[in-house]
Amino acid sequence: MTDRNLPPGDGYAALDEAEGLTVEPVTQWQLFRSRFVRHRLAMMAAVVLGIILALALFADFLPLENPTDQLEDDNGRIVNLLSPRAEYWFGTDELGQDVLSRVIYGGRTSLTVAVLTGLMVATFGTLVGSIAGYYGGWIDTLLMRFTDLILSLPLLPVAIVAAAWLREAFRGREALSLAVLLGTLLWGTLARIVRAEFLSLREKEFVEAARAAGARDRRIIFRHILPNALSPIIVNATLVIGLAIILEAALSFLGFGVRPPEPAWGAMAANGGRLAVGGSGAWWLVLFPSVALIVTVLSVNFLGDGLRDALDPTQTIERR
Amino acid sequence: MSEPLLQVSNLRTFFTTEEGIVRAVDGLSFTIHKGEKFGVVGESGSGKSVTALSIMRLIEAPAGEIVTGEIHFKGQDLLRLGDEEMRKIRGAQIAMIFQDPMTALNPVYTIGNQLVETIMLHQEVRKSQAVDIGIQALDDVHIPNPKVRMDDYPHQLSGGMRQRVMIAMGLSCNPDLLIADEPTTALDVTTQAQILHLMLELTEERDTAVMLITHDLGVVAGFCDNIQVMYAGRLAERGTTDFIFDNTFHPYTAGLLGSMTRLDEVREERLYSIRGAPPSLINPSNGCRFTPRCDFAQDICGSKTPLPREFGDGHWAACHFAPDLDLSRVKRAERVG
Repeated sequence: MTDRNLPPGDGYAALDEAEGLTVEPVTQWQLFRSRFVRHRLAMMAAVVLGIILALALFADFLPLENPTDQLEDDNGRIVNLLSPRAEYWFGTDELGQDVLSRVIYGGRTSLTVAVLTGLMVATFGTLVGSIAGYYGGWIDTLLMRFTDLILSLPLLPVAIVAAAWLREAFRGREALSLAVLLGTLLWGTLARIVRAEFLSLREKEFVEAARAAGARDRRIIFRHILPNALSPIIVNATLVIGLAIILEAALSFLGFGVRPPEPAWGAMAANGGRLAVGGSGAWWLVLFPSVALIVTVLSVNFLGDGLRDALDPTQTIERR
Repeated sequence: MSEPLLQVSNLRTFFTTEEGIVRAVDGLSFTIHKGEKFGVVGESGSGKSVTALSIMRLIEAPAGEIVTGEIHFKGQDLLRLGDEEMRKIRGAQIAMIFQDPMTALNPVYTIGNQLVETIMLHQEVRKSQAVDIGIQALDDVHIPNPKVRMDDYPHQLSGGMRQRVMIAMGLSCNPDLLIADEPTTALDVTTQAQILHLMLELTEERDTAVMLITHDLGVVAGFCDNIQVMYAGRLAERGTTDFIFDNTFHPYTAGLLGSMTRLDEVREERLYSIRGAPPSLINPSNGCRFTPRCDFAQDICGSKTPLPREFGDGHWAACHFAPDLDLSRVKRAERVG
C-alpha cells in the first residue's frame, strides 16, 4: 500500500511530500460560485437587486422625507406636483409627497409581498410535489388533481375577486393578504416540477441504499431526495418572486392591492398615469415607480437564469 | 455446520404488470448459516435480486408482492414484522451492498456525512463517536487517509473507492448478514479482485454471513462456501462450491460452467453456449422451465415440474434425471464441425 518500496525515480508521492503539495478538492459551493460569477448578466442583476434590497431594508436610516407626509415650503404651502429637482430628486406628487421616498418605501412593500409569496410557494409546492412524487398511487392522484385545479384557475380574475375579499379580512396588513393570495395561486407549477424530480430521483440506487440502511420515509424524502431536487426549486421560486412583483403591481394598479397612503409601485404608477393622462404632464409620477418595477423584475429573472445555469450539475465548467 | 441464520422457505414474489403476473421468484427455499459465504448465481431475470430485496422487504408495493413464504432470520419471521421493526433490522442486522457504487451514494453529501448517518441510525452514540467509528470503518476497508476522505463527495472517489465506502457503510453496524448484489459488476477486473478479497477478509474477521449475488461463476468460486444456481425464479442446483464445480448434476449449471473461459487451457473448439433465451415468467409453461433450452430434455420435462431433491451432503438439484446425466459433453464444450 505504501510508496516506500517504489524504486527511485518513480517518486510522485515523494515529490508531493517533499514540497507539501496536496490537491485541494473543489467543493460544490466553489463550482457553483465560479459558474455563477461567469454569468455576467446574472452577476449584474445580483448587484442591482442587492442595492434595491438594501435601500428597502435600510430606508429608515436614509435622509428621506416620510413617504406619507405632505411637504410644505417655507411659506407653508403644500409643494405638490413639483418636477424632479435638487431638493426632490424624483419630484413630488399631487398630494405633496416625496416621490423618491415613496419609490424606496414602495419597494419595501413590493419586495415583502414578493419574498413572502416566494417562500410560501417554495414551502407548499415542495411539500405537495415531494409527497405526491415519492408516494405515488392515490396520494399522487389526489394531490396532483388538486394542483391541476389551482393551476386551472384564471389568475387575474380570481386574484381580483379574492383580493377584494382578503383586503377586508386583513385590514391594515394588505401586503400580507397579497402574499397569502399570490402564494395560494402560484404554487402549482413548482409542485409539478418537484413531483417530476421526485419521480426520477426515487428510483435512484442511493434511495434504495438508504432504505436498505434502515432510513424512514421522512428521512429519505427530506434528507436524501430533496437536496438533489433543490436547484429547480430555487430557480422556480426566484422566477415566482419576479411574477409576484408584477402581479402585486397589477392588483395595486387596479386598486385591489395596497391602500393609497401606503406606497406601492403599482398603485403609484396607476395614480400617476391617471394624473398624466389628465393633462398635468407629471411624467415623473409614472416613470420612476415603473422603472423601479421593471429593473427589479428584470434583475430577479436574470438572477433566476444565472442560478439555473450555475446549479445545473450536468453543465461542466468550460475553460475560456 | 453452525446454526442457521436465515431460512427462506417457499418464497414466492410476484410482480403485477400490464401483460400479466410475473412470477419472479417462484417457490424458493434455502438456508444461510452463521458466517457462511453463500453465492447465488444465475442469468439476468433469474430472480437473484428479487430474492435479496424480498429478504430486505424492499419489494415495492403495489406492483411487487411477496405472495407466500417465510423468511426466518434469527428465529423471527421477517414477513410478519411491522414496518418499524423491519426498519430496525435493515442496515443494523442485514446490510446490503448494491451493484453500482457510482449511484448508490448520495451525490450531495460527503461520504463522512453518509457514514455517520447510517451509524447514528442504528447505534446509540454521540456524533463525535459516530465520526470516530466512521473513520475506523474507512480505515478497515483500506482507504488511505480516512480522516481527510470523510470530507470528500462521492464524485471525488473512483469506483473502487466508492465500493469500499459502501462496504464500510454496510459493515459499520456489524450486521449478521451482508447481502452483496453484484458488488463487483461495475468495477474493472483488478479492482474486482481487490474488493472481493477485502469483503472476504472483513467478513471472516467478524464472522458475518454473506449472500453474494452474481452472474460470474469466477467470482463465487474463490469466495463462497456454498453456491445456489437459480433459473427462472427457481432453484436449479445448490451445493458446496466443490460439488457445483466438480460434481455437477444439473444441465443448466453444466451449461454455465461450459461457457466459462479458462486461462490455463488452450482450446481449439468454441465455448459452449446455452441456446435460446430465458423464458418469460408470465404464465410460464408447466414442467421444468429449462426444457426448451436443455440438450437433455425428454417428454417428462415439459409436463412435470422437477422438485429439488437432495443427493446427500446438502447437494440439491432440480432435474428429473439427476444425478444420472452425463454432462461432460456440455461442460467440456462441444467440438466445432
